[in-house]
Order: sequence, then C-alpha cells, then structure tokens
Amino acid sequence: MSDKKVQILDFEKPIYKIQDKIDELKKTSIDTNIDYNDEIKKLEEQTKVYKKELYDKLEPYQKLQIARHPQRPNFMDYVSLMCDDFIELHGDRHGYDDKAISGGLASIGGHHVMLIGTMKGKSTKENLECNFGMPQPQGYRKALRLFEHANRFDLPIITLVDTMGAYPGMMAEETGQGEAIAVNLKEMAKLNVPTIAVITGEGCSGGALGLAVANKVMILEHAYYTVISPEGCASILWKDASMARVATDALKITGADLLKYHIVDEIIKEPTGGAHYDIELMANNLKTALLNSLEEFKNMTDEELRNQRYSKFRAMGVFEQ
Amino acid sequence: MTLTDWFNKRKTQQLAARDNDVHIDDSIGKLWTLCYNCGAQLPKKDLENNLMVCPNCDYHFRIGARKRIELIADENSFEEMFANIKPCDPLEFFDTQSYKMRQEQAKNKSGLDEAVVVGTCKINGLKTAIAVMDFDYMGGSMGSVVGEKITRILEYALEHRLPSIVFTSSGGARMQESALSLMQMAKTSCIVAKLNEAKLLYITVLCEPTFGGVTASFGTIGDIIIAEKGARIGFAGRRVIEQTIRQKLPADFQTAEYLLKYGQIDFIVERKDMKNKLAKLIELHIKK
Repeated sequence: MSDKKVQILDFEKPIYKIQDKIDELKKTSIDTNIDYNDEIKKLEEQTKVYKKELYDKLEPYQKLQIARHPQRPNFMDYVSLMCDDFIELHGDRHGYDDKAISGGLASIGGHHVMLIGTMKGKSTKENLECNFGMPQPQGYRKALRLFEHANRFDLPIITLVDTMGAYPGMMAEETGQGEAIAVNLKEMAKLNVPTIAVITGEGCSGGALGLAVANKVMILEHAYYTVISPEGCASILWKDASMARVATDALKITGADLLKYHIVDEIIKEPTGGAHYDIELMANNLKTALLNSLEEFKNMTDEELRNQRYSKFRAMGVFEQ
Repeated sequence: MTLTDWFNKRKTQQLAARDNDVHIDDSIGKLWTLCYNCGAQLPKKDLENNLMVCPNCDYHFRIGARKRIELIADENSFEEMFANIKPCDPLEFFDTQSYKMRQEQAKNKSGLDEAVVVGTCKINGLKTAIAVMDFDYMGGSMGSVVGEKITRILEYALEHRLPSIVFTSSGGARMQESALSLMQMAKTSCIVAKLNEAKLLYITVLCEPTFGGVTASFGTIGDIIIAEKGARIGFAGRRVIEQTIRQKLPADFQTAEYLLKYGQIDFIVERKDMKNKLAKLIELHIKK
C-alpha cells in the first residue's frame, strides 16, 4: 500500500523503531551535511534481518492479528485486481440481498468462473453495510443460487472466505442459519463443476465452511481456519476470554497445522509482513494459485469431480479403531 | 484438665454423637427429582415410568442414547455397529485439563465411549438405520468419532437401502479437535447428499439441546425434520446472540415451538408418540 500508511501491529513496533531511527538519521544528514550513510546502511541491513526473523517465525497469535488486520485486502480488492471482467449478481430471490456475501460472473486470466466471497469493509460505514463480513442465512442462500447457476452453465466456482463466522442474530435464527449452512455443505458436495475455496483471512466455524466444501481448499499464509474463534473457545473452556492467546495455540489454526491434517491442500505465500503490505503482489499470488488449480481440474469429468471432492472430505478425522 | 484436653474431649464426644444420628440413606435423595420447569418434586420411579416426562407440566427431561434406543426400537431388535471406533487426541489439546482426561470423565458420566451410538433396529417392524447422540458425553459434541460413526451408519443405510433416523442432542462441534471437528460437518453432509441422490429417506429428530455444528450440518438437512417437544434448537447460543445484538431475547426463543412458528421444522412430537410417528412416517414414504 503506497498511498496509505500501514497500521503497525504491536509486535511489529520494534522494527519500526529502527525505521524511525533511519529516517531521523537521514534527516539529520541532510540538515547538518554530515554523512551518516554507513550507519544508515547498517541499520537498514539490521532491519532486514530482524524482519526476516520476525516474519519467518510468527506465532499463531501474531498470525491471527495479521489475518484480522483492518487493511487486509477484501473480496472487492481481489475482484478488481484479479478479474478482467466481473458482473455482480445480487439477491437470494426470496426477499433479501445479503451484502456480507457477494458473487458474480468473472473472467480471470482467460477463465470464465463464478466468483463468490464474504465481504468485509475497511471503514465503519462499509462494515455496517456488510455486517462486518458475518453473513445471514440469506447470504448462504444467495451463494447456493450462484453455485447452482454455475453448475447449470458449467462454470468453475471460486470462493474466497474471510469471515468471523455466520451472524448470531435473531433474524438469522428465525430464518434458519444452521439450515442455510447445512444445505450449502450438502449441495456443494453434489456440484458437477470444479470448486476451489480459498481462506483469505479469517475462516471461522461453519460460517466459513458453508462456502468451502470444495475440490481444492487453499489458505493464505497468515490466514487461519478453525471450528471456533480463539476468544469463543477461551471463554467456554477456560471461562476467561483473556486466555485467547493460549487457545490460539491449542486450536492449531495455522496453515501449516491444517496442511498436516489435510484440511487444506495448499498454502499461498503472502508478501513479507502480510497481504496488506502489498495488495497487488498478494492478488497476483492468489491469481496464479487459482489459475494453476483450474488447470488441475480442467479435464476431470463430472463424476470424477464429485468423487474427488467426496473422498477428500470422507477421509477427514482422526480416531482409533 | 487443660483447655486443649477439654477441646479434644468435646470433639470426640461430638463425633461419637454423630454416629448415633439417624442414618440418612443417600439413595433417598436419588429417589426424587425436581422438575426444572414446574419445580414439582417427582418420585424418580414415576418419572421413569412416564418416559422421563414430567406428569405435571409435560416437561421432557433429557435422556441418554441407550434409553432413547429402548424407547424407539422394537424389543431386542437393536444391533449396535461401529462401536470399535474410539476417540484419540490428535491435537494433544489441553485447556484447564487434557482432552484425554475429559474423555475419561465423559466415559464415566455417560457410560459410553463416545457421544453417539449407531446401529440398526426395527421400528414397529420396519428396519431402520439409527444414530442416537448422547449429551452426557462431552455435551454431545461432534468430533472425529461422532462424524465417522454417523457417516458409517448412513453409508450402511445407503448400501442396504434402509431409511435412516438421527436423533441429535449436542452443543455443537468439539473444540478439542478444532478444524478436524469442523470437517465432520462437511463429511456428514456429504453422505446425506448421497442419500438424497439415492432417494433414501433420512429423518432427523432434534432433541434437547441441538446447537452449533450439528444444527449447521446433518441435523437440519433431514428430508423430514422433527423436534422433540420442548427441545431448544439453534445455531448460535442464546448468550452469544444477546451479547451481539445487545438486547434480551424472548423467553421461548429457540424452542421447538418457536422454530415451528418460523417454519424451520416439520412438526413437534411428544416422546410418548415418537415411535409410532416415526414408523408411520417411514411407512408413508413407501410407494404404493
């Protein structure tokens, strides 16, 4: 992000202290005409080393903060950076258009696809509009309508998931939040087109899974995928929401953990420090991964696609027998 | 006599006197149950004879998997399957105590190896595949084992072309298995997709309580969705919703009756009618 200042996370502050020092030296060097170039160079080298050390060994809780970064690219960022064409399709056809899930017909690198994703805002106004990326049942039903549309016209489906979960509200319960998600899980299993899901930020609980029963599930490097938010888990199991950090470790929510249990198939690299440091690069990485995946499934028959998807999820779980 | 002696003597006298107290049989306490709903003191025997339903107010007490099978299956017709599938601790989860420890406690509390019992039985002579969840095993939560056993019994139903019924009673997905338990939602829903394609009847009976991951997967995609009387059913917990929307919810929110009003379930059944109703439902799906 070149035009806007990146919001620094707490754990990143030491690096930026050095950066400030460098800026200060540069300024002094201009003001006083004394050459500090050696010192500046040394400090810059040091920053590089520190950055590498920090970002290579991020703790799960630090990744969690990157995944939740307010400037993290959202669905519409990816749409505008990846798609040559995009026509948004609205509404569940039953009286509601949930802004927390958007989708439409897209052209990505020559492929025509149905692109669907959860939408988070970057300002309070945007966030209120899309309910902080927490879909209502109607959002899942809109997605289902678009899945079926894609299935009818033989278009591959791509979903981008970044949600704290399905919205816990009164209307949501009255109009069947659980049912809406469950139906999507079931219907996604039946689709005859390649489906690719990417967890781009937060992949929390059934609300995320409701868009992610796919032939291939990928996750961005710092994104997370879990059955319950670490805060929720901490307040239930530890009876103390401040134990979220411990719960984050216990829940094993990072890409590497998920890869180990075959819950995700691939991790997509993020720019140093996280997607929000270079949205263009991130979108490019994502686009490449998506195009490769589309190639992977290009020649599979309807039945092969269904079987591949089914056996993938059928094998999930660890138990003794 | 020193003061210490006097105290000691008093203590022994008191202890001796206690032995002479009328001996209270602990089992007497177990003979009575308080109805959570109307507060009536109920003799446990009466309650059991009444299918664990309060004779005063019709409140349906939660029952375990074994008890439910007894009420549903024709005598001696239940054959348990896949009982060999047992939980482990893939994430080595430790909160205030280890997951292994919690499994041990749950086993003692429920008398079961996991939160679901599956098998086949006859219901008024009709052979059916059933899965029955038990809330006493870690709140009926769904981990790898619950997901696997439910999937296996539904696969069995698919292979043998049997109707299937799942009785749910669950707080949701099991946190101790994190994303692995989340994936059980996908796994169980995928097998229901296969039942749909094979045109095999799949009924869900939502019992007290059914929440979270179970509501958002195999629980609410039954061809017929029944709720047992008084059951509380929802996706998010009441407290979470109240905190989110910052207002109090109506008293009957998320009850079976409330869901019926909002078109989320087909109908409500009282426990005493459950068996006959299920048999009738299965029968009416047989083309004649």
